[in-house]
Order: sequence, then C-alpha cells, then structure tokens
Amino acid sequence: MSLPPTIRPAGDHSILIELEGNDAVQRLAARLQAERGELEEIVPGHQTLLLVWARETPSLSEVEQLISGAQLTAEAMPEPSEVELAVNYDGPDLAAVAGACGISPEELAARHLACRYRVGFIGFSPGFAYLLGGDPALQPPRLAEPRTRVPAGALAIAGPYSAVYPRSSPGGWNLIGSCDELIFNEAQNPPALLTAGMAVRLVAK
Amino acid sequence: MSVTIEVIKPGALTTLQDLGRPGFAHLGIPRSGAADRGSLKLANRLVGNAEGAAALECTLIGPSLLLHDDALIAITGAEISARVGDEELPLNSAVSVAAGGLLQLKTASAGLRSYIAVRGGISAQPMMSSMASDLLSELGPAPLRAGQLLESGEPTGEVPAIGVAAVATPEDEPLLQVIRGPRDDWFADEAFELLATSRWEVSSDSNRSGARLIGPELPRVRSDQLLSEGMTHGAVQVPASGQPIILLADHPTTGGYPVIAVVASADLDAAGQLRPGQKLRFRLN
Repeated sequence: MSLPPTIRPAGDHSILIELEGNDAVQRLAARLQAERGELEEIVPGHQTLLLVWARETPSLSEVEQLISGAQLTAEAMPEPSEVELAVNYDGPDLAAVAGACGISPEELAARHLACRYRVGFIGFSPGFAYLLGGDPALQPPRLAEPRTRVPAGALAIAGPYSAVYPRSSPGGWNLIGSCDELIFNEAQNPPALLTAGMAVRLVAK
Repeated sequence: MSVTIEVIKPGALTTLQDLGRPGFAHLGIPRSGAADRGSLKLANRLVGNAEGAAALECTLIGPSLLLHDDALIAITGAEISARVGDEELPLNSAVSVAAGGLLQLKTASAGLRSYIAVRGGISAQPMMSSMASDLLSELGPAPLRAGQLLESGEPTGEVPAIGVAAVATPEDEPLLQVIRGPRDDWFADEAFELLATSRWEVSSDSNRSGARLIGPELPRVRSDQLLSEGMTHGAVQVPASGQPIILLADHPTTGGYPVIAVVASADLDAAGQLRPGQKLRFRLN
C-alpha cells in the first residue's frame, strides 16, 4: 500500500509535496504540466514536487484535489523519451573512485555504462540533470574540497547521482569522464537537452 | 523617440532587471528579475511604462549616466541622493532630464537597491522572454560597464497625470514576517524561539541569490542529508553551519538544506533591500 503525498506549506505562495519516490514525482509533474492552470512553477526534486503560484496558495482542499490520485502507482505514464549521450571515461577522479570501490577503472566504466538512467530532476545550475538509476555499489561521496572550476561536459558521480556538467562551474562531484554533447544552450528552445523523466543511455565514444 | 544613455561610471553593481523569467525553474533556471519587484513596478508606472519593463537595478553605490537625449526618468527603492548637475532629484517621482544631463547617484543611506526607469524602458536582447541579468546562472545581459551605451525602447502607454508616489523609506531594522515550514520538523523548538526573538545581522557575503544572516546557530533535530528539493523565493534555508540564508531573486532552483520558514510575499521586497551590516528581526506566523 503506498503512502499518500504529504502537503507541506512553503510560505504563502508555494507548496512542497512530498511523494513516495521519484516515479511518483514524475507522474504528478507530468499531470500538472498538462493542466497547469495558475501554477507559475512546477519544480521536481528527488522525492518532492514544489508548486509555486503567482498568487496566494489555494486552500488545502483545493491542493488535495489538484494532486488526488498521485499515489496510484498504476496510473498510466507516457513512455519517456530517450536521449543517448556519448561519453569517455577519462576523468581525473576515475582511478580514485574505482580504487575506493575496489575495482579497476575499466570495470567502473563498464558498470557505469551498463546502467539505465533517468533524469530525476534538474537543479544546481541551468540544465544540470540529476541522473538516477546508477549502480548502488558505485556511490562515492562528494569531494571534501569542491573544485573551484569543473569544465563543461565533465561526467561526474556523487552519492546516488550521475550528471554531466552543462557549463563550467564550481563543483564537488567526482569527475570520471567527459561528454561532448551540448547539455544547455540558452539560444535554443527548449534550452535544456535533458528534462525530468527522460531516459538517458550512455554509450562509449 | 529613443534615448541613448552612456555609462560614465557603472557604480558598485548595476544590472538590467525586469520581472524575470518565471516558468523555467524545472530546467534549473531561476526566475531572477528585480530583487525588489514593487520598486521596479513603481518606477515603471511613474514614467508610463508597462510594470515589467526593463530598468536599471543599482546596488548601494549608484552609477553616473550621461543622457544624450531628453528623457523622463524615475528613481525608486533605496534612499539615495540623485543629482543632475547641482540639482537634487526627488525620488519616487517622474523627472524630466534635458539632453546632455549627467545623472549621478551617490551611496544609498537606507535600503540597498535603487531602480532607475526610463520612459520607453531599456532595450536589450531578451533571453527566454526576459532581459533580467541573472548573476548566479550568468544568463541575460552582463552588469553595466563604463563606456557602454544603453538605448531606451519606444514609449507605449500614457504618462500618468500624477508623477509622484508616497513611499516609505526602507526601515533601519525591518521586521519580516515568516511562515513556518516546509521543513519545520528538522528543527528543535528552540530554533523557532531563536529565529523569532533574535536580532539578526546581514552578512557582507550576501548577493542577489541570497541574504546570509549572522546570529545564533539554529539547532536541528536531524543530522542526515536532505534530498535536493525545489526552493521558493524567500525561503529561509539553514545550512550545516546553522546560519540562515534568505533566498532572493537569483536563488538556485533546488537545494539540499532544510527550509525552516519562508518570508511572506508582502515582505519579499523588503528582504531584497537588506544591506550588509544591517539588523533585522523575524515575526513567526
């Protein structure tokens, strides 16, 4: 039996909805995107969906009605679109991460490639996609000292997440490889290549 | 007629702002826009612009701008001395400046951010339906630099008959209303007591993404890591240090620190006027 969503007020113009997992987040987000109404922002997190209104938040019963049925796991979801990213395992932290996991860099690359990923949510910086679905045995913690500059296209892992840095920025994740694909381009519509719910397949370049 | 504005001195940090780019937070793109939206809207209304037209947001020390054409301008927001030549300009008023006038803003004496609207709005290339300069994500136009030329757009609406607005000066020690949650269960009762009774100081580390506060450590009852979740404007986020941060216009769209409370909509503009070194209090609703 699945848990009902928890509704948490976030000020007088937003509500944070806590769900049982990222699948439920994607289902509710997809449904609300389709019937947006007066919602200004629908922001997926790992296990939450933040709803922001341009006015005061509606009453609790209106919100309950808006999200009703979100706990029904059988709810039909459209097949997610799939994006293929060509990657190289040539990152500066590859050997250290492999060593910490007790495997060779080649095995780490093979196991990282073999996973089926999905975009859990976007955050941190424009277009930065948190990929879920990684190998549970490959979950290195963030670096104790974040780098002041991570190059655009760096393939990185931290905890349960993998990501490709869309642009050069500071960052505390372990850099295990690189990807040439343009993840974020503000001149394009939509500007982000990856959006929440998408399936992502990594292939060796 | 369009107005050309030459930036003689850019001031401490002057950016182009409008009401931002709502609707893209799920792509990691902050709304951005004026940190004090009410003051931006007022400046625009005074010169007959649409409320969300692009205007200049100045930070503490204002710019010097040479107006190459006759212009109708309005300055709102922080309490600041603004002059054209020897003439002191009234704030919160529509003011005509003749071609060749050098508009000089000094240092704000109360509040932090001033808005300069020009009739016709400032024109720039919109990025995702906004001309706002988002300093966190480096989207939109860069901050003003000396020698740069700005152009106004074509005036559209009528200039209002009354060109003066009665506006209260930003307070020395504002009281911001906050609403508990969404992560109130991560904090000890003492944390709410401290939040509501302490006098907080605004840190010099503050910027358009957030106002960092200095005061007592807000104790948590949980020490595990919060899974990243969406962040809303005005969220009072508490990192591991226990020192809260009020999220402002350029705030990251998601975050992994629990939010103890959120500033009420009515006080978001006041939060955007907090200046480093200033004291403030919270009223917990």
